[in-house]
Amino acid sequence: MTIAQHLLETYHQWAGFETIFLKAIATGQGHSYFGGPPDEPARAQVPVHPPTLAAPMSSIISVANLSKTYGSGFKALKNVNLDIRRGEIFALLGPNGAGKTTLISIICGIANPSEGKVLVGGEDIQISYRKARSLIGLVPQELHTDAFESVWATVSFSRGLFGKPKNPALVEKILKDLSLWDKKDNKIITLSGGMKRRVMIAKALSHEPQILFLDEPTAGVDVELRKGMWEVVRALQQSGVTIILTTHYIEEAEEMADRIGVINKGEIVLVEDKTTLMQKLGRKRLTLHLQGKLGALPESLSKYKLELCDSGATLVYDYDTKGERTGITSLLSDLRTAGIRFNDLDTTQSSLEDIFVDLVRTS
Amino acid sequence: MNHRAIRAIYLFEMARTWRTLLQSIVSPVVSTSLYFVVFGAAIGSRISQVEGVSYGTFIVPGLIMLSVLTQSIANASFGIYFPKFTGTIYEILSAPISYFEIVLGYVGAAATKSIILGLIILATAGLFVPLHIHHPVWMLAFLVLTAVTFSLFGFIIGIWADGFEKLQMIPMLVVTPLTFLGGSFYSIDMLPSTWRTLALLNPVVYLISGFRWSFYEIADVSVSISIGMTVAFLAICLAVIWWIFRTGYRLKN
Ligand SMILES: Nc1ncnc2c1ncn2[C@@H]1O[C@H](COP(=O)(O)OP(=O)(O)OP(=O)(O)O)[C@@H](O)[C@H]1O
Ligand SMILES: [Mg+2]
Repeated sequence: MTIAQHLLETYHQWAGFETIFLKAIATGQGHSYFGGPPDEPARAQVPVHPPTLAAPMSSIISVANLSKTYGSGFKALKNVNLDIRRGEIFALLGPNGAGKTTLISIICGIANPSEGKVLVGGEDIQISYRKARSLIGLVPQELHTDAFESVWATVSFSRGLFGKPKNPALVEKILKDLSLWDKKDNKIITLSGGMKRRVMIAKALSHEPQILFLDEPTAGVDVELRKGMWEVVRALQQSGVTIILTTHYIEEAEEMADRIGVINKGEIVLVEDKTTLMQKLGRKRLTLHLQGKLGALPESLSKYKLELCDSGATLVYDYDTKGERTGITSLLSDLRTAGIRFNDLDTTQSSLEDIFVDLVRTS
Repeated sequence: MNHRAIRAIYLFEMARTWRTLLQSIVSPVVSTSLYFVVFGAAIGSRISQVEGVSYGTFIVPGLIMLSVLTQSIANASFGIYFPKFTGTIYEILSAPISYFEIVLGYVGAAATKSIILGLIILATAGLFVPLHIHHPVWMLAFLVLTAVTFSLFGFIIGIWADGFEKLQMIPMLVVTPLTFLGGSFYSIDMLPSTWRTLALLNPVVYLISGFRWSFYEIADVSVSISIGMTVAFLAICLAVIWWIFRTGYRLKN
């Protein structure tokens, strides 16, 4: 089984699980991650839109013509347009310095936009900042934590800061889900880096956001806890929370995201459903190195989508590994009939990494 | 109004105070006692009376003001500088709160702390000299007004400072000299006339004069001028803070 097949398979299992969950919601068995406080009936009813459903998705964040020039004169974002759909997991990929953190900072109110407009839940982030920000939980990239407060106190503080009434049961659930419960009375300064990152996630979740930004959430978190973290993220998504994460690990985006956006040098260069990307990923390319140069393709081969390259020295055939038949056998026999001989052949598969590297290099 | 957020910030800041109780309360009390020993006993034995009250009694309002001023600035500037320094300010900036609410939380906590401190010093002073407060309500009003005004001033310094040196610089180079020259330990009537005119440019003179009036009904300048000057300074601080938040100065990129 190739990696791509494996990924697709796990992805389909995941999608299947979601369908089951959706049925549960439809029959009234669904529950919000946050336990659906009675004063917020709306959020428990937030429909889950898994990527496999064709239902149209409303955008919960809408970024239009956003540009950012820092005080130094550096242009970190150039006319960014991006829509995040309600309920999805969106992965923002990009090399160091691409502008990921800058984009998130502007949406969350930490940096001012130079030009353009951002709507969060339909509210302008600059005019209706209260409404917009109360929807958002942010886990920044850098480990910014208090030092001498206890884990419990700092998480409860965040809840208060976002104007929510005390809810010890919820804070307890969050800390337990993030394996922090036994550390609740510890001073933050005594925690390890990975624990601090989870404290920051707990802080962001404490006020029951509908949108969660995770700026490189897994940096410095070990494999075991990373899994636990993804479980929390998936549970959140199932309760209707929209998640935007940035990462340098392409496998992470492949594993978690519904859609993937690539940003480079302040510009969004690609936004695509992961399934579509995966289909590209499921394609293979057969390259035949011919014995002699071919001027044109003979009529008998016109039914294949062939391409003649290197001024007739190589023949390229793209095929879908997922298809019923790849067509290779008949192609090879038709080639022989046509009298075309080759010295060598090879097959290559494009990975998301290739697509990514390609995009970043050419843009 | 996000009253829960104001409360959260306020309680967070107060918790910091209780954690550092020793340095926040004990050290000012100790230094005030030292002032009494040095100024009250050593110098006071030579200056018998100032404007009808004993020297030890005379310096009490000035000593309280000295501590309230410096502590208000120190608390408020540190309170907002520290989250900037550690980066935890991200959470304040991304929260659904207005600038006014942020100021209310931080400045409220800093002012509360220095008012408590002022009252503790007052009680400590009572152990050394007989005290008599003519206008307790005015005394409290001056105390609160001063604590709030200088906490606002400290808040501005905390936002402006981009290093610990700058955080210390203004209190060290400006505020402490102004307070010492502001008539804490003497009546400015005791100064030669040119110095006296210069002293009237010092805003702290008005604070201490007004505060002392509420104790003993003796003042260097009229009480209404004292109140007017304090309120004017308060208004300036509020205007600067309004500008800071409007432009995001040193808070937002
Ligand atoms: N405060 C600032 N002043 C000036 N330039 C800045 C500032 N913050 C970021 N930049 C610049 O803006 C660009 C984008 O930075 P940003 O932090 O958004 O990148 P990123 O995509 O998050 O990178 P990484 O993957 O390393 O986290 C970088 O070139 C960076 O140097
Ligand atoms: Mg970043």
